[in-house]
Amino acid sequence: MATISETTPAPSLTRQDFISDQEVRWCPGCGDYAVLAQMQKILPQVGVARENFVFVSGIGCSSRFPYYMNTYGFHSIHGRGTAVATGIKCANPNLSVWVVTGDGDGLSIGGNHMLHTLRRNVDVKVLLFNNRIYGLTKGQASPTSEHGKHTKSTPVGSIENPINPVSFAISAEATFVARTVATETKHMASVLRRAADHRGAAFVEIYQNCNIFNDGTFEDVTARDVKSDRLVVLEHGKPLVFGKNSNLAVRLHNLHMEVGPLDAPSNGSHLIVHDERASDPTLAHILGNMRWPDYPECIGVFRDVRKPTYDELLLGQIDQAQSAKGAGSLQDLIHSGDTWTIE
Amino acid sequence: MADTKEVTTPIKEVDRVTIRFAGDSGDGIQLSGSQFTLATARLGNDLSTLPDFPAEIRAPAGTLPGVSSFQISFSENPIFTPGDQPDVLVVMNPAALKVNLKDLTDGGIIVANANTFVPANFKKAGYDSNPLEDGSLKAYRVIPLPITELNARALADAPLTKKEIDRSKNFFALGVVYWLFDRPVESTVEWVQDKFKRRPEIAKANVTSLKTGYNYALTTEVFTSHYRVRKADMEPGEYRNITGTEATALGLVAAARLADKPLFYGSYPITPASDILHELAKFKQFDVRTFQAEDEIAAVCATIGASYAGAVAITGTSGPGLALKAEAIGLAVMTELPIVIINVQRAGPSTGMPTKTEQGDLAMAFNGRHGESPVAILAASSPSDCFTMAMEAVRIAVQHMTPLILLTDGYLVNGAEPWRLPDVEELSRIRITQDADPETFQPYGRDPETLARPWVTPGHPGLEHRIGGLEKAEGSGVVSHDPLNHERMVGLRAEKIARIAHDIPELEVEGERSGDILVLGWGSTYGAIISACRQMRTEGVRVSNAQLRYLNPFPRNLGNILSRFKLVLVPELNLGQLRDILAARYPGNRYMGLNKVQGQPFKIGEIRAKLEEILETGVMV
Ligand code: SF4
Repeated sequence: MATISETTPAPSLTRQDFISDQEVRWCPGCGDYAVLAQMQKILPQVGVARENFVFVSGIGCSSRFPYYMNTYGFHSIHGRGTAVATGIKCANPNLSVWVVTGDGDGLSIGGNHMLHTLRRNVDVKVLLFNNRIYGLTKGQASPTSEHGKHTKSTPVGSIENPINPVSFAISAEATFVARTVATETKHMASVLRRAADHRGAAFVEIYQNCNIFNDGTFEDVTARDVKSDRLVVLEHGKPLVFGKNSNLAVRLHNLHMEVGPLDAPSNGSHLIVHDERASDPTLAHILGNMRWPDYPECIGVFRDVRKPTYDELLLGQIDQAQSAKGAGSLQDLIHSGDTWTIE
Repeated sequence: MADTKEVTTPIKEVDRVTIRFAGDSGDGIQLSGSQFTLATARLGNDLSTLPDFPAEIRAPAGTLPGVSSFQISFSENPIFTPGDQPDVLVVMNPAALKVNLKDLTDGGIIVANANTFVPANFKKAGYDSNPLEDGSLKAYRVIPLPITELNARALADAPLTKKEIDRSKNFFALGVVYWLFDRPVESTVEWVQDKFKRRPEIAKANVTSLKTGYNYALTTEVFTSHYRVRKADMEPGEYRNITGTEATALGLVAAARLADKPLFYGSYPITPASDILHELAKFKQFDVRTFQAEDEIAAVCATIGASYAGAVAITGTSGPGLALKAEAIGLAVMTELPIVIINVQRAGPSTGMPTKTEQGDLAMAFNGRHGESPVAILAASSPSDCFTMAMEAVRIAVQHMTPLILLTDGYLVNGAEPWRLPDVEELSRIRITQDADPETFQPYGRDPETLARPWVTPGHPGLEHRIGGLEKAEGSGVVSHDPLNHERMVGLRAEKIARIAHDIPELEVEGERSGDILVLGWGSTYGAIISACRQMRTEGVRVSNAQLRYLNPFPRNLGNILSRFKLVLVPELNLGQLRDILAARYPGNRYMGLNKVQGQPFKIGEIRAKLEEILETGVMV
């Protein structure tokens, strides 16, 4: 068998190299197709050999993703993709590990693992396909379903409050947090590319339409005719200006945002220049929490900071122990402690 | 103390002694115990030890729940258990007496710190009057010593606080016991001097306490005689005393080394398994990667991920944690990845009695997953056997590409015994065949002999493939819902486990190869069973014994052995889980259970009593 390709130069790969021989089985019109296509498009640009990519998933429609990628892949069990990915990364930190999950898989049954994977800053990229519904189990309310939402499991309306995935990830201190929309393919490709380059826990929420069980759930902000007035595209170092004619702005007033015409008098509020690298995530958190109809919703990279990753620290402690004590001798280890000899 | 014989000096020779040290958690009981153990080991006695910790971390001083103890049994003959009943009880307070007295042999010796037997204390322990003075201990030989006071007097000039002086009183007590059993103090003196290198005044005080205690016993004639246990006839070699926890950790480190892979250990804190994590976390220079997970499920899932990516991957837990891991173990069965799940069994169900031992999880190890989901199962039989079985667990898991459950228990992991150190050169390498040719690679292709699939890890060009929890097509490993394929795969997974039988040793029977009674145990009951059966055989009773350490699959000669005895007695610390499996698997034999669920290991006497009952009632006829 060929050796681990730490040193194998990445050959020039194409999109085709990442398409597996498996027939894609999502419903026609499902938002997942677009994500798959963009992923297969950006991976050849990442500079990682194909054999060093691993796609891990849990259970749900999105979790079929690994089967369609011609890389290493592990379709695990409900909610546990992040935990499996953590183990993979500990065993072989050279791998580029991606977790594909959904709102139910990642934030309900797998919510605990998500929290800890992010706060540990394990170097994995998490793509959370948010369609605000359980698709594979045929239409129950999910942890991101809106309050009052009518679904099969909530016939007279959900009495729960939804989780905001970006807000969750920022609170968990993920070092890279972004949001994109499956139908905005260019934007999505650029966000995926950024996630691929990030070292540390990267979390990307993707607004994904489930046309079977929750059709049009993000239409209010993503529909072609309204999106420019309802989506704010975050760009590092740029003020939060948006709108069809770039005439609207997001301003900070005390501890909340205000939205209004760009040329409105300041009134104690001030225009924000987006800073992804701010070590304090408070502003990113406030931006992530902006929700239609009270606010336009932000897409793009909320946060991108570099901190030591779990796997770097884990291996660092091993290197340190080995340089201090030498690579352990089994004979010495077994013969350590208080020993005695029987003649 | 059996077989007492007078010699000319006031020293009596005895063949076996069991001592229990007991006191408050703060009394240094475990330290006294481990020092006495070391001194005893150096003298060449065979020995076995068992600590008992209170369930509460810091129960109030002087109360019954706060009592901690340490028992050591040592002998000139081979011994396998820490002793049924102590011959000597060393108690540092009334609560310790109250908790432990019921176990002391009739006529046993009680060494008590008399200074602690004041009304406030003995009332806290539930005594109305001072038991050292009210005649209630007539059946024993009571030696009340004002240990606190004598110790303080010996250290009157030491530059220490009253509290520090008081803390060294356990060394005084230890000195007394050293004299009583004719142990040299040197090993402890050396230990103290090394341990308190940076606090020479404390080292000096402890040594003074130890020697003063020894000399006090020597000169004051508080004891009418003292005792000597001769050297045991042990196999030559280098030894160390080892607990089951330490042996487990060393076995795992050794196995990963022998397989030439990093060791990954994913675990969530749970009593009594956490100590394995603590132990392994010390061995970073051996490329041991420990992961304290957010929960039991994450621990096993990360372990599966680590195995997939090529580490020797282990998760450790105790009963409740095994229940939580069940679904993920099923994933490891389906993906046919090698992981070892160590279950340090404790008394259940639910939270049960976390610090107490039991063998209640055998049925769960066999059946505790949904679907047809076989795993290999091993059980260690003694503290040092944990080393061997941990290595075996890794070897079998990686060579047969299967999850494997290794069962130990609270009694094994905390107990300790001398371990003859293996020569690393003689440990055999763990071969892993990973050959795969991109042209012909089949993720679910199988080794024709073992049926193991290839362990191909990410990072190998041309071998990219997908695995997961969905049923796999035979060979290609692509997702398949084909009915007949599923039936074939279920059969193959079962057959793969069954074939491990060709790769494990046959079961050995001690005593006659066939006859009336076979006592068949599994795991940690080994010590009590072998001791009872050996004793009875020397008394002329025809009884044989055997101990299962390989439980799934069973050793290939098990059926044959069972059929050669009229009765198979199966002692277990549960209600008969192994017995039920045997009765189903090997019908036609006569099985009888000996079952105990008290959170305590078997006593030798309990096995003997059952055998005697069988012989007397003539069940055999
Ligand atoms: S059910 Fe919804 S999410 Fe699932 S594949 Fe169909 S459209 Fe996509």
